[in-house]
Amino acid sequence: MLAQQLLNGLLLGATYALFALGFTLMFGVLRVVNLTYGFYFTAGAFLALWLTQAGAPLFLALPAAAIASGLIATLLDWLLLTRLRRAGADELASLMVTLGAVLALYAGMTAWLGPDIRRLPPGLIAAGALEAFGLRITLAQILILAACALLVGLLLWLMRGTRLGLAIRAMAERPDTAALMGIATARLAALVSFVSGALAGAGGVLIGLNFNAIHPYMGESMMLRGFVVIVVGGLGNIFGALVAGLLLGIIEVLTAGYISSGLKEAVAFALLVLVLWTRPAGLFGTTLARKA
Amino acid sequence: MSTLEVHGLTCAYGRTEVLHGLDFAVPDGRIVCLIGANGAGKTTTLRALSGQIRPRAGRILLDGAEIAGMAPHRIVARGMVQVPEGRQVFASLSVDENLALGAWLCADAHERARRREAALSRFPRLRERLRQPAGALSGGEQQMLAIGRALMAGPKLLLLDEPSMGLAPLVVEEIFAILAGLRREGITILLIEQNASAALEIADTAYVIETGRIALSGSAAEVARNPAVVAAYLGG
Repeated sequence: MLAQQLLNGLLLGATYALFALGFTLMFGVLRVVNLTYGFYFTAGAFLALWLTQAGAPLFLALPAAAIASGLIATLLDWLLLTRLRRAGADELASLMVTLGAVLALYAGMTAWLGPDIRRLPPGLIAAGALEAFGLRITLAQILILAACALLVGLLLWLMRGTRLGLAIRAMAERPDTAALMGIATARLAALVSFVSGALAGAGGVLIGLNFNAIHPYMGESMMLRGFVVIVVGGLGNIFGALVAGLLLGIIEVLTAGYISSGLKEAVAFALLVLVLWTRPAGLFGTTLARKA
Repeated sequence: MSTLEVHGLTCAYGRTEVLHGLDFAVPDGRIVCLIGANGAGKTTTLRALSGQIRPRAGRILLDGAEIAGMAPHRIVARGMVQVPEGRQVFASLSVDENLALGAWLCADAHERARRREAALSRFPRLRERLRQPAGALSGGEQQMLAIGRALMAGPKLLLLDEPSMGLAPLVVEEIFAILAGLRREGITILLIEQNASAALEIADTAYVIETGRIALSGSAAEVARNPAVVAAYLGG
């Protein structure tokens, strides 16, 4: 029973981590709290829904939805934030602009599509499950775990193993100096928006698959978790987001399983407060130290 | 090999004009220094040259081509590379990664490896610290890293903003000896300094900048003998 709960928690946590990785990347590199991030999650889920309804297999619908979400993210970032960046506006301005934009987007989508929960086409994934050592894992869960591992691996390789990742890390630390290295920072920022949006979109598809429930506001409840994960993990810290995401998933599942499913969010946010009380820069945070 | 010409450079922050029509030239293969007190407009001049601010008026010609208002990365691509004020190393990245970033525009991996080797033999102390974060280096080592990083770009013209700032006199001497050596290798240098005596010793030509204007110019030797310069900048 406990082992099964841990497995389910790990699975949920993997999608939280995937979602939060894009969020922390966007925050850490572009230094903007972009609240439209949750919308890319919704967008990814809906795109995958429509593609599979049109008969596309999942292995095509998932990457296509992720890429399209990335493009939407790049476009929205450019539309909403270019003017603010040029004017050197502070973080509060970008926070309010993206808050307004994301509420408008959710409301517009609900007006267009209705608030109903939609289901993926039946039979999208074979209903089978593996059972071993008393644990049961469905094929959908295996797919979610594999997709998360693959995407996280790709992101870590991009950031740690390529020249492009080095340039992104340099831009995160000193954007002006990065430009003096010959880095076209505006183009690199667009790429970071794309990668973040694609991660959010992929997260949306996988959560949609996990709970088989897709609706316009699904990105909003995810954003709350995204905040918990990136703050606890240390803002801009990729490794921290990974660990904190997994922890949050496990804690939610254990709370729901052993205490009450109504309490899972209460427990998660109480832990957020507790972590920030004791470690203001998050569990793995170095950001505050770096600023000093 | 490269030539920089600046005509009537005027810059402003908001409504406050801080440079009022600067004229100067950096001939091919020379060291030119721009000296002046804090707030005279030295750093603003450099920021305009490397594209970090857009000049309000005036022309900046690099090898005859207009570069005023161009984005910083395009100016680097033309061979003019800045060593910024206060070093500005990427503190959380390793020494090796900092060097690699300097060669961002160089697509040829063999050429990058060659430049890295050249930078490390010029600054052997960096070789000992390749894996350490740049933030852990001493001020002098960070300045060497900043210069080494700029050399990784294969510059024709190097802009240096106060390389002596905050460094011990012996280290300053070491850094300036390196700059003199770079000149012998054919790199053109524009040096901006508050430490006028060190700068005038290695420069060919000097400009004195006061409240956004060129107050005086001439060969470095002439400027160093000028009584007003001696009184104001050389502590005579």
